Amino acid sequence: MKFFRLFFVNLLLFVLVCGLATAGTLDDVKAKGFIQAGVNGDLFGFGKPDEKGVWRGLDVDTARAVAAAVFGDANKVKYTPLTAKTRFTALQSGEVDILTRNCTQTLTRDTALGLDFCQVNYYDGQGFLISKKLGVKSAKELDGATVCVLPGTTTELNVADYFRANNMKMKPVVIENTAELAKAFFAGRCDCLTSDASQLAGNRAVAPNPKDYIILPEIISKEPLAPAVRHGDNQWKDIVNYSILAMINAEELGVSSKNVDEMLKSNDPIIQRFLGVSPGNGEALGLDEKFAYNIIKQVGNYGEVFERNVGVNTPLGIERGLNALWTNGGLMYSPPFK
Amino acid sequence: MDSKNQPSKTVYAKTVKPPVIQIGPIGWIRKNLFSDWFNSVLTVITVIFLIKTVPPLVTWAFVDSLWFSTGAECHEAGGACWSVVTGNFRFIIFGFYPHDQHWRPFLAMILLAGLLFYSQNRDHWNKYLAYGWILGLFLMGLLMKGGILGLDTVESTQWGGLPLTLILSIFGLTAAYPMGVLLALGRQSRMPIIQSLCIVYIELIRGVPLISLLFMSSVVFPLFLPEGVSFNNILRAQVAIILFTAAYIAEVVRGGLQGMARGQYEAAESLGLNYVQTMRLVILPQALKIVIPPSVSILISAFKDTSLVVIIALYDLLKTTQSTLTNPEWMGFSAEAYIFVAMIYFTCCFFMSNYSRRLERELNRSNR
Repeated sequence: MKFFRLFFVNLLLFVLVCGLATAGTLDDVKAKGFIQAGVNGDLFGFGKPDEKGVWRGLDVDTARAVAAAVFGDANKVKYTPLTAKTRFTALQSGEVDILTRNCTQTLTRDTALGLDFCQVNYYDGQGFLISKKLGVKSAKELDGATVCVLPGTTTELNVADYFRANNMKMKPVVIENTAELAKAFFAGRCDCLTSDASQLAGNRAVAPNPKDYIILPEIISKEPLAPAVRHGDNQWKDIVNYSILAMINAEELGVSSKNVDEMLKSNDPIIQRFLGVSPGNGEALGLDEKFAYNIIKQVGNYGEVFERNVGVNTPLGIERGLNALWTNGGLMYSPPFK
Repeated sequence: MDSKNQPSKTVYAKTVKPPVIQIGPIGWIRKNLFSDWFNSVLTVITVIFLIKTVPPLVTWAFVDSLWFSTGAECHEAGGACWSVVTGNFRFIIFGFYPHDQHWRPFLAMILLAGLLFYSQNRDHWNKYLAYGWILGLFLMGLLMKGGILGLDTVESTQWGGLPLTLILSIFGLTAAYPMGVLLALGRQSRMPIIQSLCIVYIELIRGVPLISLLFMSSVVFPLFLPEGVSFNNILRAQVAIILFTAAYIAEVVRGGLQGMARGQYEAAESLGLNYVQTMRLVILPQALKIVIPPSVSILISAFKDTSLVVIIALYDLLKTTQSTLTNPEWMGFSAEAYIFVAMIYFTCCFFMSNYSRRLERELNRSNR
């Protein structure tokens, strides 16, 4: 008995020591020559292979930006599709170097799970999709409604909390699969469909008649989606952080993948520092001085990435909203690059 | 001359045809479909059911259907949208395999089909065929993985779709079978340690669902490895499938071993055969023959079980299909896509069960 207890304590220590011994993700990544990114795989606009098997999405582009910063080549990423259940273990066990899989940042995940969340790359929130025919203008009028919702998600808990807090009754209709859930809603199985607003937009886009449906103005939860890295590797976290912030900063400065080469000749000292014409930033991060230039050139600024993957001209057709720059009333804000 | 002296003509009895309502199609219908009031009612109900369902189904599947269109056109039209299959065909079949290299898994699958087809005939079973299989598998691995002879390396993490399903099942089944036989022999063994190890293994594995084994292999297992050391996800799933199937095979084979008459063992012993010879020459050939039907049904269910790797995010045939369906363009056409996948699974399973029946017949014939 004593022996076994000793054995397990030692095993635990061994695992911990192993975890501490290889703290330098940057060195590991450089040694193997690519970044292993954990992505969703099934979420259009965020992480999903297209019909040719090429990965596309906002989260995929985030991982590509980190690769561009580290290697100067955005294609040096390998993707591991992860389910909601396997995602955190994959990061903890070192199977992936970065988790860009539309994960909501929460306090417990940030602490007890041993993760570190980086800069938010998409501010989402839970909303309601409803048929115009019902004449409902606000989520407060939904008393007694049947609600289509995915089981076992935070979405399900949020909607129950919301109805309880507002003294309303609801009848949940739970269906396991996203596509089938939307199908049930459009077939009239329930009065409203609740999910993250980004997904509701996608559902609405493929409705038999999209104009007949509206997304109610209430957003009942905060879902800041952020990439995560292992806890305790500050350098790697900085790199991921500033790779995302570089995209935001570039949009703020008016630098895009199209004009970045001309911007190299800019006289503006802020842009010169940002693009590495006047050095300093790269060295501080342990990267090439051109890291921001490489990101913008190969992946684009945040606005370009947003519009390409989820923006108004994609099937999702999402407005910038909270994800606009702070100068346009959104939350995207970058500290100065100096 | 008298007519009586003439050689008599053969007179045939005049054949009277039965009434027209008792023969031909009408007779058949009366006899089989309207023999009494109960059958008549059943027939009428069935006909009404078929009239109600078949024409709309045909209209949906073939008349109003779209075969090569965009998703938007499909959403407009009312019929089946087979475009979801044709438009995403290569992703559904080959998954993440680099688009311009698709000929490689295709060629590998052709090679596999050819080998399977050639091995069907028992006259071809000799040691050259065994070499052929080894060479074939090597070539298939080479085609899939590349790396030499000017072929680009394609990591196994990029394998997906039908080739992945076939790899998981074929390697799973071929490795599980001998392992299952060994386990069954171990369980029958007179050596207590071997026997109890085998019993514990079999009962432990049979006591948990395959999903939990897959989860163990993909979620729990990596936590015990030092950081940086990681086994390939496909390999881990493959091992889980082999371990799982082997336990079931073992129990089936044990049934066959217990079905052998005691006299067979005694006869072998009286000939002076040792244990290995007894098993190899006398017992196993007969025992394995008895258990062909149950082992094939295990193999068939193991083949279908490979689709469970979906939950650990391996992109097998089913997962690539599901992934296609999450694209807003193709959302809502799940029926068409799943029908297509079901047909592929059905073809493979039907081939297996058909072949097992044929094998059974041939082996029984040689027995008589």
